[in-house]
Amino acid sequence: MISNQIMFILFSAMIIVFSILTVTSRKILRAAVYLLFVLVSTSGLYFMLDYQFLAAVQLTLYAGGIVVLIIFSILLTSHISQKFEPTGIMKSVFSAIASIAGAILAIITILDYNFSATAQAAKEVDMRLIGNSLLSVDYDGYILPFEVISVLLLAAMIAAIVIAKRGGPEKSELPTLKQE
Amino acid sequence: MSTGIPVQYFLVLATIMFFTGIYGFLTRRNLITMLMSVELILNAVNINFLAFNRYLYPHKLEGMFFSLFIIAVAASEAAVAIAIVINIYRRFATINVEDVNEMKH
Amino acid sequence: MINFSYTIWIPLLPFFMFIFLGLAGHKYFPKLSGILGTCGLAIITVLSYITAYKYFFTTEKVDGAFQKITAFNTTWLQFTDKLHIDLGVLLDPISVMMLVVITTVSLMVHIYSLGYMKGEKGFERFFAFLSLFSFSMLGLVLATNIFQMYIFWELVGVSSFLLIGFYYQKPSAVRASKKAFIVTRFADLGFLIGILILSFNTKTFDFISLTDPSGTAITQGSGIGFLGLSIMTWSMIFVFMGGVGKSAMFPFHIWLPDAMEGPTPVSALIHAATMVVAGVYLVARMFPIYALAAPVALNIVAYVGAFSSIFAAIIACTQTDIKRVLAYSTMSQIGYMMLALGVSGYGGHEGLGYMASMFHLFTHAMFKALLFLGAGAIIHAVHSNHMTEMGGLRKYLPITHITFLIACLTIAGIPPLSGFFSKDEILAAALHHNKLLFAVEYAVAGLTAFYMFRLYFSVFWGKETAYHHTPHEAPATMTIPLIILAIGSVLTGFIPFNQLVTSDGRAFESELELMVAIPSVLIGLLGIGIAYILYKKESAIPDKLAATFKYSYKWAYNKFYMDEVYLFVTKKIIFKLISEPVAWFDRNVVDATMNAIASVTQGVSFRIRGFQSGQLQKYGFVFITGAIMLAILFIYLWK
Repeated sequence: MISNQIMFILFSAMIIVFSILTVTSRKILRAAVYLLFVLVSTSGLYFMLDYQFLAAVQLTLYAGGIVVLIIFSILLTSHISQKFEPTGIMKSVFSAIASIAGAILAIITILDYNFSATAQAAKEVDMRLIGNSLLSVDYDGYILPFEVISVLLLAAMIAAIVIAKRGGPEKSELPTLKQE
Repeated sequence: MSTGIPVQYFLVLATIMFFTGIYGFLTRRNLITMLMSVELILNAVNINFLAFNRYLYPHKLEGMFFSLFIIAVAASEAAVAIAIVINIYRRFATINVEDVNEMKH
Repeated sequence: MINFSYTIWIPLLPFFMFIFLGLAGHKYFPKLSGILGTCGLAIITVLSYITAYKYFFTTEKVDGAFQKITAFNTTWLQFTDKLHIDLGVLLDPISVMMLVVITTVSLMVHIYSLGYMKGEKGFERFFAFLSLFSFSMLGLVLATNIFQMYIFWELVGVSSFLLIGFYYQKPSAVRASKKAFIVTRFADLGFLIGILILSFNTKTFDFISLTDPSGTAITQGSGIGFLGLSIMTWSMIFVFMGGVGKSAMFPFHIWLPDAMEGPTPVSALIHAATMVVAGVYLVARMFPIYALAAPVALNIVAYVGAFSSIFAAIIACTQTDIKRVLAYSTMSQIGYMMLALGVSGYGGHEGLGYMASMFHLFTHAMFKALLFLGAGAIIHAVHSNHMTEMGGLRKYLPITHITFLIACLTIAGIPPLSGFFSKDEILAAALHHNKLLFAVEYAVAGLTAFYMFRLYFSVFWGKETAYHHTPHEAPATMTIPLIILAIGSVLTGFIPFNQLVTSDGRAFESELELMVAIPSVLIGLLGIGIAYILYKKESAIPDKLAATFKYSYKWAYNKFYMDEVYLFVTKKIIFKLISEPVAWFDRNVVDATMNAIASVTQGVSFRIRGFQSGQLQKYGFVFITGAIMLAILFIYLWK
């Protein structure tokens, strides 16, 4: 019981702290690493919620895939040691006000609301069930979104290749990289 | 495993994460860090989905599948976004979002 | 019943010819287009003659009267079951007669133009326009309903506009064409109003049901009054207004003299023989309504005609431009025809004036076309329009001289030429009706003889004038039409019009009234005699006379200052008192409102342009703030 809560507090603390670090760090590579920590902690939360498969996906796809992609693009476009100049003070203040206001609003709403759980028994989530549901056309089947996502992934892949491919008009008249 | 933790905790945590992402999206000038903020936002949403699924409708799987799809969408979005970032970098020699203002009046 | 459906080709052929010549003529066969147009017209001339023969001599009369035959009819615009506008071909004595007149004169003019317009720039355009005019004029006379007539009426106006402005590089021609178009268009407004009133009351456009003397259309609307006149009378007055404009009657006559800026064959065709008699034709077409339902309107027709004829005759005596003399003479003669219609009654011998009017229309078309074409030959030879620069031309232009003399004798009413017969009928009709009008017409007859022979003597006799180069006779393409028309002028007087073209379609007996004829011939001879004394030899008397009656001469010479009156009315009154305030209002209120709206929009957009910064994060900030505010609003405030 207690260990549960300790785990949760630990993960939430990690998530919050590293999230904030991600969005405030002035070194881009560090920001990417903080993001990695956030994602790993999130997958820990998924484990706590008994969604092992999703936690695994989170680890491999997010932590393993997207973060690596981001780090590579950073390497392609920036100097590793490069530091951001601080954000304009007005901009940060206004954005912070908007974000905090939104957060407070959302939290008040959440705490106000009386969530009531159903009494029905939990479903055991295992790989077989997930696979069957994904490919099923029955009431609990997700074949249509699955197909849509497949097409989307394919399209995204093609799009990424086409967009990133070298070619097209290049602004060579901008000779120097803007040092920030 | 989640016994003893009210659903609100998860939701509050997701909210904080979400608005942190928003803050990052509004303040970071580097396109890649903006992309990271977007990932944070998506993750917060995922947590929400899963918490609701587990606590309120444990006999169904909608939340989980939606999370799964969101992860897939996030992956493709990241791929395309990074392709665009690289292209922008080639074109403008910068990935500072404030310099990329071709759409200005 | 003989099948007349082929008559649809009479108007259609020139129309196709117009399209063909207009589109392809300039590019592919500029030289040939004249021949082509003439051939097309020759075909329909033959068709018209066949039609006339068949109509007058082989069609069976019903109850002794010529019937109105709808040879072809198609519904063109169908608005409702009852309200529809048709296009078709209507054959009755006057339309068949007009067919013959139009095609004959038009063919002569076509042949003449082959010589006259040779080498002119826009030769093929000229023939295309002539075809267009023939099409419209034929469509006008063959119209089965008043709306079709109105459509072709306007088309005739357009082709007249095009032909007057044929030399579009000449500012005076452009001005004249605009003037003709605007003046007649203004008069046509009255025509349109008349049509609408008439058709609103009778619920039909169709001529046959409109003009049926025993039909319901005529009795309708005669009771309802406005300002003491019946609705029918008002509508007929408005319709007549259109006729006044097209036929250049006073006070809408001002365009006709200026229209002489067009090429001379055009003047002969449009402004002498065919288009300007459209007004007469219109009144004749509606004649049963005028005679039976709107006698007041018919009186107006008579007085307008009489006034125009004497008014124009006086002016014609003072003009020196030969074409203008002829133009005023045309106006005067058309006034005659109008008067004849105005004094006519319906049916039998009462309809003498109607018959006389149509008769005169027919003979006038021949001799006036001849006069104009002769004038064209003179101008062609001398390269001038002014009588003062001519004289003694009889030696150089023998054929023109003879034919011109015949035409002058005809118009002066010397027997046995055609003008004598038709004019005599008119005078007889006037005598039976109204002595005042009769007296006016006698005076006009004398004046006509005088000014025509003034023209004749000063051109062909008079002083010997030195020319830059010896005038020579026109080519055969020009003289042959002159000869044919001269023969026509001589012989058409013997056509028994009282058997053929009468107000109710029935033949009646009319004989030469010697008590009318002899004085009119004497007056004609008197006019010729005065002209002979004054102009046969060069003499100082005309100038002296002009000096003696200085003011009246000057008035007449300046056409009684009608143009100036119009200018005064339009410029000083209409433009100044109406148009200027309206223009001011338009500019400073209507436009200003629009401009203010535009400038406010511009200013606002200029100010809010800054929002469109292209900064993604600003957009995002605004979006999120807005979303939060909406959330607050809908979750907490809007309960």
